[in-house]
Amino acid sequence: MNLTLRIWRQSGPGDKGRMVTYPVADISPDMSFLEMLDVLNERLTLAGEEPVAFDHDCREGICGACGMVINGNAHGPQRGTTACQLHMRHFTDGETIDIEPWRARAFPVVKDLVVDRNAFDRIIAAGGYVTAPTGSAPEAHATPVAKANADAAFEAAACIGCGACVAACPNGSGMLFTAAKVTQLGLLPQGQPERYTRVLGMVDAHDEAGFGGCTNAGECTAVCPKGIPLSTIGRLNRDYLRATAKRGDTPGT
Amino acid sequence: MAVTGIVLVLFLIAHMLGNLKIFTGQTSFDHYAHWLREIGAPLLPGVWFLWILRTVLLVAVLAHIGAATTLALRARAARPVRYAHRRPVQGSYAARTMRWGGVIIGLFVIYHLLDLTTGALNPVGDPSRPYANVVADFAPDRWYVTLFYTLAVVAVGFHLRHGAFSALRSLGQQTPRGERRARAVALVLAVALCAGYLAVPFAVLTGLVD
Repeated sequence: MNLTLRIWRQSGPGDKGRMVTYPVADISPDMSFLEMLDVLNERLTLAGEEPVAFDHDCREGICGACGMVINGNAHGPQRGTTACQLHMRHFTDGETIDIEPWRARAFPVVKDLVVDRNAFDRIIAAGGYVTAPTGSAPEAHATPVAKANADAAFEAAACIGCGACVAACPNGSGMLFTAAKVTQLGLLPQGQPERYTRVLGMVDAHDEAGFGGCTNAGECTAVCPKGIPLSTIGRLNRDYLRATAKRGDTPGT
Repeated sequence: MAVTGIVLVLFLIAHMLGNLKIFTGQTSFDHYAHWLREIGAPLLPGVWFLWILRTVLLVAVLAHIGAATTLALRARAARPVRYAHRRPVQGSYAARTMRWGGVIIGLFVIYHLLDLTTGALNPVGDPSRPYANVVADFAPDRWYVTLFYTLAVVAVGFHLRHGAFSALRSLGQQTPRGERRARAVALVLAVALCAGYLAVPFAVLTGLVD
């Protein structure tokens, strides 16, 4: 396959950045999207140019490191897939592909396609944890959990924190990410002690990081590689309403 | 957004039911319109109830616009650099037309008040004869008025399609099955209100009501 790539190049946080066009030839349809970028980078390196910086780690769709907006779609055209698991057979020979980083004030560009997602860590630090008992793993049946709750919690726990929800949101909101963690912990008995301080703390941290507000537009769940359902945001809203009615506790303690 | 939106939707339902009284004839419709000014009498003198209702609606509309503006400004600030490749809509189309749709509805409401409340833009414009005002308004040779009303009502329909679902979600609707139900409720509400509101101008246009 021969392709024309238009890639966002930005040498550092202070640089203004621009789209740069690169032709790539002889791409196998069996390559992953990141392997195709590896081929481009090898050629750029041989030609003495600066390779395109992009985040990646496991390359099997479970770490959440990779992420780029491909032709306007976070993680590309295939649903339920990260960019590393997207294969070139989903593109046609001769196609022009636009590749951009996640665009959000809370995710400043570090270089090229690499963005700083520390804002997500700050949201987790504000309440996305349980008061963990230390020691060995507890016996499985010591704390009963209803099957339906366990399933819904597991579904939400599949979030890999890649940030595609923010990239796709017309409001630049990170509410799906926040809601996934609130749902996961709120459905399990271990998450109950901090249930209401958690939601207040995490939403406050979310807003402070500069994310936009959620308007239930549903673009996030459409691009989520793990298919986190939009209903998690309803669970967050319900916990938030209860928490603001109770108040009293200090958020995120 | 959700709470003020629900207040406005309740008004829309009552307003539509009132509009449909036009099919019961001129005397009945005019009587209903005059009764609206006297609700609450003799406990409340004159048009007090009407003004209380108008105040509640005005507060709801202003709070709704205020909240929407805050969200829009936050959304703008949250993405300082736009995408070069504009992404296709994958969620709901209605959800992406809320802001401009809301502006269009706002402008329509101003026109609508000048047309059928104060009568300033109405060919008859006599507040004591609401039936005659409506019939003159949607006369076939004033097709552009009917067209504008139709566009505005459809905009309201789109606004409700997303707005009703979004309000339920904001107030804590949280299960996937409930989400399907909430979306169905929003769709039925939007279609029913559209049909109810459009029935009147088209009945006048086709001569069913004259």
